[in-house]
Amino acid sequence: MLFELRDVSFSRGGRRVLDSIGAVIPVGAAAIVGPSGSGKSTLLRLLNRLADPERGAISYRGRPLVDYDPLKLRREVALVPQLPALLEGTVGSNLRYAADLAAAELDAERCLHLAGLDRGFEGRDISRLSVGEQQRVMLARALAQEPRVLLLDEPTSALDAAARDAVEATFAQLRRELDISLVLVSHDPDQARRLGDWALRLEEGRVVAAGALEEALA
Amino acid sequence: MSTSIHVSLGQVAAALVLVTVAAAISRWRRADLERDIAVATVRSFVQLTAIGYVIMLIFEADTIWLVLALLSVMVVFGALTARSRAKKVPDAFWPLLIALAIAGGTTLGLVVALGIFDPTPRYLVPVGGMVIGNAMTASAVALNRLGDEVADSRARIEATLSLGATAREAAAPLVRRALRSGTITLVDSTKTTGLIFFPGTMVGMLLAGAEPTDAVRLQLILLYLLLGSVAIAALVATTLAYRNFFTPAEQLRELPAEPR
Repeated sequence: MLFELRDVSFSRGGRRVLDSIGAVIPVGAAAIVGPSGSGKSTLLRLLNRLADPERGAISYRGRPLVDYDPLKLRREVALVPQLPALLEGTVGSNLRYAADLAAAELDAERCLHLAGLDRGFEGRDISRLSVGEQQRVMLARALAQEPRVLLLDEPTSALDAAARDAVEATFAQLRRELDISLVLVSHDPDQARRLGDWALRLEEGRVVAAGALEEALA
Repeated sequence: MSTSIHVSLGQVAAALVLVTVAAAISRWRRADLERDIAVATVRSFVQLTAIGYVIMLIFEADTIWLVLALLSVMVVFGALTARSRAKKVPDAFWPLLIALAIAGGTTLGLVVALGIFDPTPRYLVPVGGMVIGNAMTASAVALNRLGDEVADSRARIEATLSLGATAREAAAPLVRRALRSGTITLVDSTKTTGLIFFPGTMVGMLLAGAEPTDAVRLQLILLYLLLGSVAIAALVATTLAYRNFFTPAEQLRELPAEPR
């Protein structure tokens, strides 16, 4: 069991975004699906404590999330947001920043390769990258921290079909070679089918289905 | 520096001609500022006259405690005024109050310790007023900028926090830009002083009949003091205030609804 959510609620601006969520997210690849505004991204932010639920409790690997040092937790449970938000500078300086925070040995070429980018990107200024390239640098930057879990928020939303296939292949490779668990937010049930082996379906902040992939997506 | 001149109320009244010119321009070009100009004129007269009498009393009493009381009141009002310009920063009052107190305290303390001015009301009151006033403007500008920066950079801040960066690390570029914007105005005006404008103290001393070299030296001292105090105020205000955007668990707080 990777995460367990018990009666989790969260409101923003007076609006209930998540309403009494209860779920067990297993180790492996889990997909959180649902229409826009159903609370998928908010749920992801709760999993690495970018926000805390106003009610209920979340545990990670059997231990309450609030018992973890949030900084260490975020390096272990890395979130790749939907919109790229890199630091000013080069791709390489972004990767180094992340690796230094995690006290990890940086293999920039490998991180870039896993994210579908060649080593020539290392010296590129981030202001000169397309949104799709930035999205992949965000993934490479997360990988530079050698996380155990990747929280991916619509990770291929800015990519064309070929780039999407390459990144999806990377996710499969990460699971296989590095034993990284994935929690993937997607509005696309087909992507959930390709990548996940377990799914949670949200609608208007409530769980409407959870379990084995085909069952939950049916 | 013991020169003094006498200015009559008649002379002050004569200067009002220029205020009527300002009001006439506003009316002519429909800038709709006549009312504000009238309020500004009346308020400046009342406030400056009142503070003039207060300063006179303090000079006559010649006690350091009254000076400290006056400067403390200035610090509190300065922090309240600056807070109204830094609305996007949560709980900005305390960082501003501490910033103004430290900027005023260290600057005046150093000035006295270095023997630049005597610790008497005649020096401490006007210099303290200038220091606190400039520190207020600088810290208000810095925090206003900080509020805008955080509002514009929420995605980047959260992405950096996601990497396990502390709030301090995630906010560092914003705090740096806010500090810079709070200080840059005075730095720029100091660069052009004497070329494009004559600063007030120098003008006042020249009008009062002082030697130009004395006027210039005193002005230089004040400019250098202000540079230091403005930098201290902006540094303290931004260093304390950025933390108010974050929770103890290094999370970026939701922004409060924009006050209208």
